[in-house]
Amino acid sequence: MSKETILRVREVSKSFGGVKAVDNVSFDLAKGEILGIIGPNGSGKTTLINLITGFVKKDSGEVFFKDRNISKLPPHRIADLGVTRTFQIMRPYYTLPAFKNLIVPLYSPRARRGAGGGLGDRDAVAIDLLEEVGFERDAHVPYKLASTLPLGYLKRLELSRCLALKPEVVIGDEVFSGLSMAEIASMVRLMEKLQMRGITLIMVEHRLRELFMLANRVMVMNFGKKIAEGVPGEVMGSKEVREAYLGTEEG
Amino acid sequence: MSTLIYGIVNSLIFLLIAVGFTLVYGVSRLPNFAHGALYILTGFMTWVFLNTLGLPYALSIVLSIIITALVGAVIYRFIFIRVRGMEASEIIASFAIGLAIMEGLRRGFAGQFAIPEFIDEMVVIFGVPIHMQRLIIIGVALVVVAFLWIFTHYTKIGLALRAIAQHERAAMMLGIDSDLTAIVSLALGSAVAGVAAVAILPLGLITVDTGYNVLTYAIAVSIVGGLGSWTGAVIGAFVLGFGQILTARFIGPQWQMVVVFGAIIVVLLVRPSGLFGKQKELEERV
Amino acid sequence: MESTARRKERLDRGIKVRTSGIYSVSSLREIAYLVVPRAVLILGLLILPLVLPNRYWQRVICRTGVIALLALGFDFLADYVGIISLGGALFIGVGGYVAGVSNAWLGLPPALTIPIATLVGAVICTLLLLPCLPLRGIYFAIITLMYPLVLHRIIEALHIFGGTEGISGLATFPNIWVDQYLVIVVILVALFGLRRLVNEDIGLVLHGIKDNDQAVRASGMNITWYKARAVFITAAIGCFAGAYLTHLYGLVGISMFSLDFSILPIAAFVVGGPGTLVGPVLGAFILTPLTEVLREIGTLRIVVYCLVLVAFIVFKPEGLMKYFQRKYHQFERWIKV
Repeated sequence: MSKETILRVREVSKSFGGVKAVDNVSFDLAKGEILGIIGPNGSGKTTLINLITGFVKKDSGEVFFKDRNISKLPPHRIADLGVTRTFQIMRPYYTLPAFKNLIVPLYSPRARRGAGGGLGDRDAVAIDLLEEVGFERDAHVPYKLASTLPLGYLKRLELSRCLALKPEVVIGDEVFSGLSMAEIASMVRLMEKLQMRGITLIMVEHRLRELFMLANRVMVMNFGKKIAEGVPGEVMGSKEVREAYLGTEEG
Repeated sequence: MSTLIYGIVNSLIFLLIAVGFTLVYGVSRLPNFAHGALYILTGFMTWVFLNTLGLPYALSIVLSIIITALVGAVIYRFIFIRVRGMEASEIIASFAIGLAIMEGLRRGFAGQFAIPEFIDEMVVIFGVPIHMQRLIIIGVALVVVAFLWIFTHYTKIGLALRAIAQHERAAMMLGIDSDLTAIVSLALGSAVAGVAAVAILPLGLITVDTGYNVLTYAIAVSIVGGLGSWTGAVIGAFVLGFGQILTARFIGPQWQMVVVFGAIIVVLLVRPSGLFGKQKELEERV
Repeated sequence: MESTARRKERLDRGIKVRTSGIYSVSSLREIAYLVVPRAVLILGLLILPLVLPNRYWQRVICRTGVIALLALGFDFLADYVGIISLGGALFIGVGGYVAGVSNAWLGLPPALTIPIATLVGAVICTLLLLPCLPLRGIYFAIITLMYPLVLHRIIEALHIFGGTEGISGLATFPNIWVDQYLVIVVILVALFGLRRLVNEDIGLVLHGIKDNDQAVRASGMNITWYKARAVFITAAIGCFAGAYLTHLYGLVGISMFSLDFSILPIAAFVVGGPGTLVGPVLGAFILTPLTEVLREIGTLRIVVYCLVLVAFIVFKPEGLMKYFQRKYHQFERWIKV
């Protein structure tokens, strides 16, 4: 894991009406690390993701990806550069088989560049991608209709949507939420696998225990502000963080 | 000076026309493309009550406004309610009903029709000769705006309308019936269209094409000012009202409509949410 | 106490299931099941001009073809890309005028003016509509509604392109057969072309834009560019229809911007079956001859199709085609609950 900074977020803020959803947040993301972002509900985590990836316009502040200022770029350009994100509310094509859901990201310019310009057989590439995230090919899982898949698979489908773009950064918006213990365990292994492949991860989560197993560093938000940052152990020891979490943590 | 006075009158005309449309959109998010049809309908009905049935003018006006309001509510109850939520179908359905009404009127009323001015006099204000009717329009506009403001701030129903306009889900959780408020808003919006019609139509003839123009104007004001914003409607009305008068005076009267349309395009290019728009113009749903 | 409540159950017919995938060529019966509807459509359209009683009805087919093309374009844009265009009249007008002007001023024959009008017209329309593409659907709908009204007034006010009288005395097609077959062939080509398009991968992208555009953006694709291309295709179809209309009658005028061309395709779309591509064409072939029959009542016919449209939207939004498809592919029975 190198110390090179791949993403720099500087003093980013956004207000909706009178409410400051994100208040002057700054942090650095080192290449190859897993950064966890935690905080109680409504602390502005999802908004922060939207601001970084261009889905919502910032009021102020800047974001740099590998020394390139991406603050004013539209979301598809940011994704094209290799900064991808998942959505908490997923809307796959329910009436189509799972692998067909990957055709759209595989159609994107970035995916096509990665394949060396050729369009190739997208169906086959899609199935390979799904196998990598744990869809068992032998059991024909990739061919199942998306409407028949349990949540764990849908979450992995959502992740593979990002992976189809051969990303450098993946920002996961609560990938653990709603999953059973077994599903979480395999998701943890998947994230480790992604890190080993060199992808830098930001994971916004509620489930602290599993996140702390994965994350190299953790950032805590509350009411839109960053209130702590550092190694999981020392962050959880901070008084402010404990106060912010009174009564929120579920095992 | 005359430009100023006629500018104000024209702007208030725009405002009266647009307020009904903005109200319905602001409260129920329904683009009521039948707005122009309801406007014209009121005019024709007043004529019928006045001339065919021989009723007194004031009664004709009141009756036709009430009927228009009912028509608006009926349109919601039987048509809009089925397509609520699907924006495409809402537009198509309201447009089709509007067209049906307008073309039906065109067929039923061939020839020239007009309703008389309330007070048929010329008056001189600040050295500018002006029809009394135009001053009446100013009065009517101010009364309508004041009434709507008081209604939405001080009556139970009015507050319900504002609640739904600001946050539909939250209002519904408080027990406010969204369909009922929609019916009220549509009735109110139609009634305001009717009031506008009876105030403005005496200035000229009642024609079906005016209905199409009214729809265009209402939409233009809403886009320039920002869909759903009441302050925006006022400012938009003034921008377009003065814009039109100035164009007619300095460039040429045949460009009047084009100016209105040009304003729509320019606003959509530069600042799509309008001057005071509350909504995101891009399809942002995160 | 036993409840005798029943509900309707719909199951795919056996033959439908047997014809999925590779098994569709397993026997003549299966092949027929798939091929017959399409064959009926193609042959039906091709034979139509031959079986019509007289010239009057053959003319009607030509007009029907125009509406069918507009309805097809509308369906594509509305149900496969998620954009509602209320301005069939815009395409007809622009295509018609480009063709008319190229014929009258540049002296080009219809064989050239029609392709030129299709392409140049489509470019013009797409550019005109470009500002609204990133915006919410309602803005696009409003603009497409307004453009015909305003272009109409500009031409009237500035007295260009023939002003209110229009340009007449333009070249027409050599005979009634070309009239009809030209539009029918184009309908078939457009129909099957679009169906091919939406089944390709790019069709999935467009579908994504309709259902979940955030996800498509997050995959690194510029939505506006895709929308622009879809609009271009629809505009091309519409402009062809306009150019065809110009050379059908040999004249072009501001009546090309009439609301008829905006509303009738939508009515055909709603009646025929939204989303099926074939449905709106069918709807056009039902409604347009109907309006000919109603011609005596003049502008009331707009009232009639508006009311029909509203009736269908409210009571039978799936349209006729979906209904037929359902009957063909599935059977129903009552079962006990």
